[in-house]
Amino acid sequence: MSASFDPGGDGEQANNGVSGVATPRPSTTQSRRLLDVTDLRTQFRTAKGMVKAVDGVSLSLDRGRTLGIVGESGSGKTVLSRSIMGLLPKRNVVREGGVVYDGKDLLTASANEVRDLWGAEMAMIFQDPMTSLNPVLRIGNQITEGMRFHLGMDKGTAEKNALSLLREVGIPEPERRLRQYPHELSGGMRQRIMIAIALACGPKLLFADEPTTALDVTVQAQILNLLQKEQRERDMGMILVTHDLGVVAGRTDEIAVMYAGQIVEKAATTTLFRHVRMPYTEALLKSIPALDTPSHTRLEAIPGRPPDLINPPPGCRFAPRCPYAQDRCHAELPPLVEVEPGHAFRCWYPVGLSPESVEQAIAAQAEAEAAAVGADAGTATTPVAETGTDEGGN
Amino acid sequence: MAGTGTAHLRPAEDALLRVEDLVVEFPTRAGRVHAVSGISLDILPGETLGIVGESGCGKSTTGRAIIQLPPPTSGRVEFEGLDLTKLHGKSLRHRRTRLQLIFQDPISSLNPRRRVRDILAEPLKIWKRGTKADQEKVVRETLDAVGLDPDTALERRPHQFSGGQCQRISIARALVTEPSLLICDEPVSALDVSVQAQILNLLEDLKARYGLTVVFIAHDLAVVKNVSDRVMVMYLGKVCEVAPPDRLYQQPAHPYTAALLRSIPVADPAVRPQDQLLLEGELPSPIDPPSGCRFRTRCPLAQERCAAEEPQVRSVGPGHYVACHFPLSSGAVEPEPVEVHAGQPA
Repeated sequence: MSASFDPGGDGEQANNGVSGVATPRPSTTQSRRLLDVTDLRTQFRTAKGMVKAVDGVSLSLDRGRTLGIVGESGSGKTVLSRSIMGLLPKRNVVREGGVVYDGKDLLTASANEVRDLWGAEMAMIFQDPMTSLNPVLRIGNQITEGMRFHLGMDKGTAEKNALSLLREVGIPEPERRLRQYPHELSGGMRQRIMIAIALACGPKLLFADEPTTALDVTVQAQILNLLQKEQRERDMGMILVTHDLGVVAGRTDEIAVMYAGQIVEKAATTTLFRHVRMPYTEALLKSIPALDTPSHTRLEAIPGRPPDLINPPPGCRFAPRCPYAQDRCHAELPPLVEVEPGHAFRCWYPVGLSPESVEQAIAAQAEAEAAAVGADAGTATTPVAETGTDEGGN
Repeated sequence: MAGTGTAHLRPAEDALLRVEDLVVEFPTRAGRVHAVSGISLDILPGETLGIVGESGCGKSTTGRAIIQLPPPTSGRVEFEGLDLTKLHGKSLRHRRTRLQLIFQDPISSLNPRRRVRDILAEPLKIWKRGTKADQEKVVRETLDAVGLDPDTALERRPHQFSGGQCQRISIARALVTEPSLLICDEPVSALDVSVQAQILNLLEDLKARYGLTVVFIAHDLAVVKNVSDRVMVMYLGKVCEVAPPDRLYQQPAHPYTAALLRSIPVADPAVRPQDQLLLEGELPSPIDPPSGCRFRTRCPLAQERCAAEEPQVRSVGPGHYVACHFPLSSGAVEPEPVEVHAGQPA
């Protein structure tokens, strides 16, 4: 799996020589690595306390690879992608950890530096094509804006490019569409326009945040195929954020499952579906009505609700809803550790594996880390939140 | 698909609800919108009828036309032996307590400024059912039945609940008037999968407990399959196919049903979605629908006859009805002729 995930935040830095904030790795032309996120924490200041929306997430992505981030609403998947891109407001938001895009540290970069990357280097497709287009601007203006701003194109060239983009994303009569307003188009067409806008400046990294949730099932399949085609042809890295395991199953190289602000399981897509280890992932898969079961089959719903992210439970965050939870689960947060090659999860009592294998993996990881720290001292990232959120294995 | 016709209806005296040749049209500046064009359906007591189709196919309009919100342009809606289209004013409103609607967005369909107690008790107050104490008792029992604790829930307002809990409140609100027919319009599409399963299970429980008959409108074929006894597929205001769910999903007879089934993303990486043959294009405008079969503009099997002549609903198997001139061989598992012409994903 080249879109590899590192189970621990800090261990990764030792492996590939990226040391978070301190010394960004010089980007080499050979390197396929596009994005490194290390122990990212994003909190919102509210009247009731700090909401830990993203709590120690590490991941990395190579060019030409697709990573699926799966989770329910409130799991932090959308905040994670916006936090990586720097799209969150500065006020009342605390962002800590490391985000390195193509050798550039995005957490310490100035607003202007980050803005130069938006659209040109990394782009995002939002969920709701109805509200994310500007209703009072013609489609043409919205597509060409980025090309004129970032690539310094004149109006004529930009419009010519816009036309070919519209053709590429499968919009009939592109000349006419350029002069139309968003309300004149259907939902599927608008999402195609969003994709054209996102692709306009040739970004290397594409975030698609629930790109098809607002669309019909037939249109959904068309849009997902289009995204996949563009991602391959342009050799982009893509992060596909969704709540639908069916959407990511056939279209991603790797999947990270999020729950309550943390990654709870990550593995290559085929591995994940073949050997689910984390009980939450298992429960999620079981709760989806299947087409091949007879009608009126009782669904296995997950009881209860996700935890409060201001005061998350001390142990495993899924423990209160987990059918296999034991005393330890309620007391101690399991670390995200790579127990099988390429398959990491947070669970003391994984599905189909012995608890000992988890202990062994934790011990092995601690050893490797100790060795790495000895070799490359001072890999500390920005200070960890004083609230003492337990990252377990690290 | 054009499907008009009543071949799929069962004897009128058995049905709780029988809709014949329902037409709903909306005049607009751009022209007349043909939202529903000659739909017929029936439901036996205790049955769940699933209605599926893409947005704009008229499934919600059908549900609303049944409860006369707004009344249909033409057609008959016979419910418990009465034609609802002939009723007006108080007699219609009174009859409506027996048919209740649950909407898609649970949060926006509850009044944010009212407490749960008032939301639930209002229908009882309007119809002066029992004393205040009786009403309170009904409200508490119903809240308990939908899995909410009456003591904590009664005094709260909708914003203090999650989406799934709000949908439970909406269901309770629909149940207090003791309806016999519940029309659920996309009741779970705004919910997370884990919560969706909770609500679907709850609906099954309530159906048994209150002896409900259900019309379940949704775009998610897997969800509809799970809850339904009979499924009706709609396209652009017309019926395509009616069948028991297991049969419909194994042997779709209408090319549109087959295409819908193929576009469902499967939670299995071994199924490569790129290989699936997809429907091209989008729904035509309901202002100027295609002649003949309305699906012909996107149908891989369309021939000249499809443009000239509207197919009628006809039987192709036990309980299985289709409106298509060239249905897929309903005995075969593989709909073999489709593959040849189906286009590349757009």
